[in-house]
Amino acid sequence: MSEDLTRLTVTEASARLARREISAVELLQAHLERIRQVEPQIHAFITLTEEVALAQAQEADRRIARGDVAPLTGIPIALKDVLCTVDAPTTAGSRILEGFRSPYDATVVRKLREQGTVFVGKANTDEFAMGSSTENSAYGPTRNPWNLERVPGGSSGGSAAAVAAGEAMVSLGSDTGGSIRQPAGFCGVVGLKPTYGRVSRYGLVAFASSLDQIGPIGRTVEDVAIVLQAISGHDPYDSTSVDVPVPDYRTSLTGDIRGIRIGIAAEYQVPGMDPEVERVVDEAVAELQRLGAEIVPVSLPHTKYALATYYIIAPSEASANLARYDGVKYGLSLQGETLLESYLQTRGRGFGPEVKRRIMLGTYALSAGYYDAYYVKAQKVRTLIKRDFDEAFEKVDVILAPTSPTVAFRLGERTADPIQMYLSDVFTIPANMAGLPGIAIPCGFAHGLPVSMQFMGRPFDEGTLLRVAHAYEQATPWHRAVPPLIEAVTRRAPSGGTE
Amino acid sequence: MRLSREVVDHVAMLARLGLTEEERERMREQLSSILEHVNLIQELDTEAIPPTAQVITLQNVWREDEVRPSLPIEDVLKNAPDAEDNMFKVNAVLEQS
Repeated sequence: MSEDLTRLTVTEASARLARREISAVELLQAHLERIRQVEPQIHAFITLTEEVALAQAQEADRRIARGDVAPLTGIPIALKDVLCTVDAPTTAGSRILEGFRSPYDATVVRKLREQGTVFVGKANTDEFAMGSSTENSAYGPTRNPWNLERVPGGSSGGSAAAVAAGEAMVSLGSDTGGSIRQPAGFCGVVGLKPTYGRVSRYGLVAFASSLDQIGPIGRTVEDVAIVLQAISGHDPYDSTSVDVPVPDYRTSLTGDIRGIRIGIAAEYQVPGMDPEVERVVDEAVAELQRLGAEIVPVSLPHTKYALATYYIIAPSEASANLARYDGVKYGLSLQGETLLESYLQTRGRGFGPEVKRRIMLGTYALSAGYYDAYYVKAQKVRTLIKRDFDEAFEKVDVILAPTSPTVAFRLGERTADPIQMYLSDVFTIPANMAGLPGIAIPCGFAHGLPVSMQFMGRPFDEGTLLRVAHAYEQATPWHRAVPPLIEAVTRRAPSGGTE
Repeated sequence: MRLSREVVDHVAMLARLGLTEEERERMREQLSSILEHVNLIQELDTEAIPPTAQVITLQNVWREDEVRPSLPIEDVLKNAPDAEDNMFKVNAVLEQS
């Protein structure tokens, strides 16, 4: 029985590519085979880019033959379909961008190309990254590889599911209120939202510009560290990317967290929390203590206002950002009698229900008479939320919380009630409000589905997050768990074999 | 509190969103319940608190005002629904007198 190359970590694959034991084309073929096996059920991708990937893999093999190996050379990656790429459509999960072909690459995409990374496809997302289940994609939902009746989370549900299913080795997502961490948690993989300003947003389809960050998803903390290394740094094309040095993240992966102070906030015990999830996270806290970390109670008193603040600020910024979809420059265009009629028809037809809801909410919050009561008020509460964290980080190095209050929910379970859907992001939103980095890692199972915990850190201190997450991961078996569906297809048709 | 139909119509027009009758009624319900939830922040006294628009400490970011190459016009117009003579084509905005 031939070996399943989709199980390799980036580090293992890269070492074997460098030694020419495997080729980038073989590594890609193993992932394409997995895509053929499971993609009809999972639907992690809006667009598969097999031809692009094959050319990139061949080029990677030539590069490796010359001895020129970057950490991601020949590594198959999935890109969330809100990242602009010149050689594939970029839809943002919306009908309004159907057929759009970006004339330029996002900065993160350019950086991956320079390393010789292999792009397997554009991963499914809630429309304009607005959602927590990937059910808001205009191209149909993605299903969770752990249980096809469950959502993968969202909005980067395609990126998380692709990695969990072995359709890509790593992926990029974007996170405005939890959209990397929550789906990584639901799919049992690792997801990191960098500090606001760590990674360039140039070429990311904008949702809420003061909150959005691009970040990596992978099966191990080290894989996530390698991708973060590749995409971080200042970019003249994004004036909000910050010019501070990028450390060598792999040196953080020491396995030693003795003396690290981990804060736990009483405010993170919320109504609606699944007691099984709580129990699993409590066990993880005990494990961290056994590893030598010190658990310190902290207080984040404005936590209960974070969700409400987010649902004013994010839609307000979105309503401004999405004004560009007017049917004039690109995308769907319906012609009315007048220019106004054309706008109304194009936008009315092109946007889905959740996007319309948020544009309406944001426009309302920014409109004359409501601006001070909603938008300015929310910005002030944002200050209070940020101050809570500033104070807590005087006492601790990282803050631990569950990633989500529940495990992955059923498709359709929350679509009728927007607020129920929004509540799944209650633990992830505060990091976006304060601009802090956060990492979600698997910490066990409840109801047969992955449970995830999250570490939040000081601005630009991704290194400590990676260190703590890695030490926990290495001491526990969760990152080696494989969804039963994937076990089954691997047994039926070993990678490299014929069906 | 339930949003009036007039407010929903007004906001939809500001946002240039063409909504069906059914969508407008659903929007009244859903926006009202979301607003009820977000109104939680009104209980906080924020009189003395400055607003946070962005979290990074950067103030102004300057660069030299140099002419640099921009995207080729044909690339930019490639996605245009309608274009003519290096321009995006739209319906007349001004009435002819």
